[in-house]
Amino acid sequence: MENILECQNLVKFYPKCLALNSVNLTVPKGKIVGLLGPNGSGKSTLIKLANDLIQPTSGKILIAGMEPGIETKKIVSYLPERTYLNDWMTVNDMIGFFGDFYQDFNKSKAYDMLARLGVNPSLRLKTMSKGTKEKVQLILVMSREAQLYLLDEPIGGVDPAARDYILDTIIGNYNPEATVIISTHLIADVEKILDEVIFINQGNIVLVSTVDDIRENENKSVDALFREVFKC
Amino acid sequence: MAWNLKSDRPIYSQLIEHIELLIVSGIYPAGSKLPSVRDLAGEASVNPNTMQRALAQLENDGLLYSQRTSGRYVTEDVDQIMKIKNGLAQGLIKEFIENMENLGYDVKQAIQLLERTIEEEK
Repeated sequence: MENILECQNLVKFYPKCLALNSVNLTVPKGKIVGLLGPNGSGKSTLIKLANDLIQPTSGKILIAGMEPGIETKKIVSYLPERTYLNDWMTVNDMIGFFGDFYQDFNKSKAYDMLARLGVNPSLRLKTMSKGTKEKVQLILVMSREAQLYLLDEPIGGVDPAARDYILDTIIGNYNPEATVIISTHLIADVEKILDEVIFINQGNIVLVSTVDDIRENENKSVDALFREVFKC
Repeated sequence: MAWNLKSDRPIYSQLIEHIELLIVSGIYPAGSKLPSVRDLAGEASVNPNTMQRALAQLENDGLLYSQRTSGRYVTEDVDQIMKIKNGLAQGLIKEFIENMENLGYDVKQAIQLLERTIEEEK
């Protein structure tokens, strides 16, 4: 199977801090993958490298065989940790904006999801609660017909009911040609929807496994294993 | 019937057990069409690939069959469904007996207690 994401001896040094320590990793197409690690383990660094927002110190990161750049941004849909949308814009404005910006943006899908959530598209972002804003952002990101979705902490700021909605949205949009990588430390909430998990700690990949293999071999949930591996 | 998935066992095997239960209890009767993988995965809030694996296993076991274009169906073989139903019942009974033995009752006492409880419930 073809790999959508590949890291070869990937190193990222920040001043006085080694964020990624020679990471080798391959992620195939058609998977929902959890990128799991404690705070400061390198999750966001890896995702930012994949989006060409920062440059590797050495080594390579490849998206569908290409180095991150204009061509890969066409096929990668990215949900950053923090919002970058202008909050004076209405949801309608942003849908227009995304439609102009990304060829693969599906407007009817976006309106459909907004309607199901009961979000009024003529509202400005700044009038919305934090949770609603996060939902709108996720809808924008998931409305692209991308090959790789990189979701950095998509469920961190929302209530448990909205969490379920977001996870259902990810399952409902599942496409066997696309891969979704979710970085989070809320493992108990996401593990049911994951194919594979990647444990990362202090810039090192410590485990790559399927969820059911972990449950079968360890007789415990991914969440329980995580608590054991990363015990403070 | 809610999909109560436990967190310490493989999801895949729990999905198989749950779908078997849906079939033997008649919620998906013999010969009926099953919802799509995506819908079932959405209902259970699980990964579609995991649901696909569970359905493929049930197909291998002969409880489901697929029609190339129209989807997956429950087998029309009622004997096969009854066999699984009996198997599930036996499992529950074994568990009951084991639990009663842990409480210090032998099988005979357990049956007496069972009969008495049923009588009182009436």
